[in-house]
Order: sequence, then C-alpha cells, then structure tokens
Amino acid sequence: MEILLAITIGLLYAAGIFLILRRSMVRLIIGLILLGNGANLLIFLLGRISKGKPPIIPEESKVFLDAYADPIPQALILTAIVISFGLQSYAIILVKRAYRVTKTDDIEELTTTDEI
Amino acid sequence: MIAHIVIWPILLPLITAIVLMFFWNNSRIQRVLSTVGHGLTFISSFWLAMRTFNGDILTLTPGNWPAPFGIIFVADALSGMLVLLASLSAFAVCVFSIVSIGKGRAGFGFFPILQLLLMGLNGSFLAGDIFNLYVWFEVIIISSFVLITLGSEKAQLEGAIKYVTMNLLASVIFLTGIAMLYGLLGSLNLADLSIKISESNDHGLINIAAVLLLVGFGIKSAIFPMYFWLPASYHTPPAAVSAIFGGLLTKVGVYAMIRVFSLLFIEDEFIRNMLIILAVCSMIIGALGAIVQQNMRKIFSFLIISHIGFMIGGLGLFTPLAILGMVFYLFHDIVAKTNAFLISGLIFKLRGSFRLENLGGLYNRYPFLSIMFALALFSLVGTPPLSGFWPKLFLLQASFADLNWWLIGGIVAASFLTLIAVVRIWLAAFWKKHPDYEAAKKRIVWYDLPRYQKIILLVPIAILTGASLFMGLNAAYIADVCELVYTQISQPQTYIDAVLTNQSNIP
Repeated sequence: MEILLAITIGLLYAAGIFLILRRSMVRLIIGLILLGNGANLLIFLLGRISKGKPPIIPEESKVFLDAYADPIPQALILTAIVISFGLQSYAIILVKRAYRVTKTDDIEELTTTDEI
Repeated sequence: MIAHIVIWPILLPLITAIVLMFFWNNSRIQRVLSTVGHGLTFISSFWLAMRTFNGDILTLTPGNWPAPFGIIFVADALSGMLVLLASLSAFAVCVFSIVSIGKGRAGFGFFPILQLLLMGLNGSFLAGDIFNLYVWFEVIIISSFVLITLGSEKAQLEGAIKYVTMNLLASVIFLTGIAMLYGLLGSLNLADLSIKISESNDHGLINIAAVLLLVGFGIKSAIFPMYFWLPASYHTPPAAVSAIFGGLLTKVGVYAMIRVFSLLFIEDEFIRNMLIILAVCSMIIGALGAIVQQNMRKIFSFLIISHIGFMIGGLGLFTPLAILGMVFYLFHDIVAKTNAFLISGLIFKLRGSFRLENLGGLYNRYPFLSIMFALALFSLVGTPPLSGFWPKLFLLQASFADLNWWLIGGIVAASFLTLIAVVRIWLAAFWKKHPDYEAAKKRIVWYDLPRYQKIILLVPIAILTGASLFMGLNAAYIADVCELVYTQISQPQTYIDAVLTNQSNIP
C-alpha cells in the first residue's frame, strides 16, 4: 500500500509540475490542483499507514497497547484540503476573469506587467 | 484579559473585519471604523511589544492543550517588534487609503480584507507551531489575492496571475516540507522539533526538508532565483495595497526563515553557505533591476528584492553582529518600504504618473514635502544618520569579522546601486523641470482634493518618516531590542523552555 501511494504521489507531483510548465492558464490551474493533492497524500503517507487501529485507548488501560493510526495527519489534510479548495476556486475565477480581459489563454502573452 | 495580550493583535483585526462587514454598503462608516480598529490593534501590539522587550517570552495555548500537542502562540522580542511594526504600517496604510481608495474598491470589501491581512500577518508572527504558521500564511495570501485583484484592471489581473501562481506553488512546497518534517520527527511544534532535530541522525532527509522550506519561504520573500513574480505584480494594484505588500508580505517570508532556520537547521554548514550565495545574488540582481526601471513602483519592487538579500545574508553568517544587523534591517525595511510605496502613491496624486519621465518639479513646488520624502528615500540607501545606516554598518562589520568577501562585495555594490536608483528618482521627480506640465495638469487630482483630505494623505507618510527617524536617531534603543532578539535566537533553549515548560499562563 505504501509503495502504491508513493508512486501515486510521485505521479501527481510530476504531472502537476509538467502542467505548470505549459503555457496555457487552464493547465496551470490543473497543475496546481494536482500538486496540492499530491502534497495532501504525502502528509497522509508520512503519518504512517495502519489499517483498522483507531487511536482509542481501551477502557481498562491507561495507555495505547498497540501501534495506532496517527490522527494528526488526517486533521492536517482536512485543513489543507479546505484551504486549497478555497484557493483553487479563487484561482479558477481569476483565470476566467483574466481570459475575458486579455482574450488569451497563453501565459507568454501576459506582458503588460513587464514593461520597463 | 491582560494574560491574553498575546492574542489581541490577532483578535482585534478579526473583530473589526466582522463589524465592518455589517456596513458593507456604507464606505464612509467603514473608513472610520477601520481606522479605529487599526488604532486599537496598534495599541495592543504596542503593549505586547513592550512586555516582550523586558526579555519575557509570553505564551498562550488557545485550546488549553499543553504545548507539543496543541496550538501555541509565542511572543518573544522578535515577534513583539514585528507585530508592532506590522500594526504601525497597516495603520498608516489604512489612513492613506481613507482618501486614496475610491468607492468602487471600498464597496467590494477593501477595508475588511485589509483587516484580515493584518490578522494573518500578526498570526504568523506569533505562531509557535509550523502547521499553524502555514495556515496563517494561507490567511495572508488569500487576503492579498483579493486586494491585488480588487478593481480588475488588465495589468492587475495579469500581475495577479503571476502572483497567485507563485504563492500557491510556494504553499504546496512549504506543505511538502512540513509533511517531511512530520514524517521524520513526528511533531509540528517548533520548540519540540528543535529538540528532536538535534537528537536525530537523519541529516540527509532533514536537509531535504530544510531545502523545501527554504524554497517555500524563498518564493514568498522573493530571493534570488524565485523573485520574478514580485516586480511583475507589486506595481499593479493601488499604491496603498502595494505599500502594505511591499512593506510586510515579503518580510513574513524572511521572518519564517529566521524563525525556522534559527530553531531547526542553522548549525548546518551547507544551508548557511547556500543562504549567503542566494543573498549576494539577490542583492546585486535586485539592485541592477532597480536602476533600469522607469516606473517608480517597479524601482521600489526591485529594491525589495535587493534588500531582502541583506537579511538573508545576515541569517547565513549567523554571527552575533550579523544577527543584530539582520534583525535591525528587517525592522527598518518594513517601515522604509511601506513609506516608499506610500510616497509613490502621493507623488501619483501630485503629478498624475508613476513614470519618471512624466514627473518633475516637485522640489520647486513643495520644498518641505520634498525634504520629508528625501528623508524617507535616503533611509533606503542607508545615508547616516537615517535608519538604514546602522543595520548596514553592523552587517558590513560582521562580514569583515568573518572575512566573507562575497558578502562584503555584495553589500557595498548593492548599497551603491540602491543609491543610484534613489538618486534617479530624486533627480527625475524632484529636481528636473516638469517636461509637460500643462498637459499633465488635467490628470492631477491633488488640486481638486479638499484640504482635510490632503492632510489625511500626508499624515501616514509623516508617521512612518517619524518612525524611521526614531530608528535612526535612537538607534541604541533599537539595537538593544535587536540584541535581545539575538540572545533569544542564538539560545533556542530559552524559547524551547518557554514553550514546553510554561505550559499556560491562563489564570
């Protein structure tokens, strides 16, 4: 399972970076989304994966008896997902708006800001 | 109430923002209330800063969970001073925007968002937990996204695309770094991480995490190879927005770098050398960029990049004097850059253009005003006795003590190039005769402004110039604060003890 996740994360990062390096604004956004998802999965993986061991201390004991699934990465991912959801929806609207104003999807043509 | 002083600089802007949203359609009330809110935030940050200057490290655990498990806010002297300066700059910018931000932008929530931006800034200065720092960064960038696009002009949207992309990328890289640190060490609390890193042997992986964080913070603070978004976006929004961006947003990246690297990674030779190389490159390239630009705000944007190099260089050296200089420079730069962008906004009001070739004659027309501007502009260069002089002196002394010729050359060359850039502004805008005054007269809004609005536009610049003069003339006091910061930074143990043992000072 770890290997599978690691490969998925690598693919997500690679695809994300590839898309960011394209010239189209839409691909840029999709690339950022993929990168964000890759980062979230990475947190999940690095929190160690364990199946069917909730972090609950049994009633008769005071400490954990067994290795348990770490709840913190899941809380982190939840936060990160919510944040990236907001940011990505903002970015999509921005690209739409910019397309309406500049009439182009090509990042290379956004040169108004580069005038000396 | 008093025990919670650490959280007031975060809560007050939030409360003000919520109150402001109730007056969505009444921009007049928003302008007044927003200034009041910024004033209150400034007072509470002043109080907090004064308490941290005694050498105390104040902590607060909002969820009442003990430190390595729950979120913690920590205020040491560095955080205290930065919160104070952030609140001061935000107050000045808010006063400036009372007049300079039109109804169109105010009607779409400029003032509440400005408050939320300040909340994010103060939050990231006070966070004691690396994931919490990430969340505050996100609060900052989402508010800055709104501020930079508010108005939707063509240049703004194009600048915003570059700004948004690079900041989103920086967040992802920062998050990857956090994930690696958590995976390696199983903690997120900075103090706890600091202990665990010194015990860990996994130097290879920890260095990878360090480099990921360096790239993440480096994009945010616009250091050498990752700065291209800054001069492409900072000159597009209104001057008030550029002022708060230029003064504070890049400095948050520098602050995060100082905090994280001093607590976690600085003992590593590899990281320090890399920081110095990046610093020298940023200094020179930023300054070279500044001297070819014609747009005043683009000149200041490139100067930001150059001057970030000074701070990163100090962090790379990490000798006592270097840290003193670096921290002093950070404090000076917040005030000086905010002021520089506000001045460019005022010059726009006076002459109707940001471009050097369309300016001129300001000294003849407004001699006293020009002298005030000169004080602010030349403090960027570091002319003694203005505030930029002392940190540069400390940094140069530190690099001579270390015989680091790269850094010495970089500092001298960058200061000289900054001088050229500032003198160009001075010659073009103040001394040169205006090229075509009659034609420009139509664009100048200054003559139509009522007298009280002119005064409101001047007040923030006067406040910031005063703060800059205070830093320069009363340098001993600031240097004392910087020395306190140095002792706290160089002995992470005090920070760690304060976070992990003084569990909670909630009565």
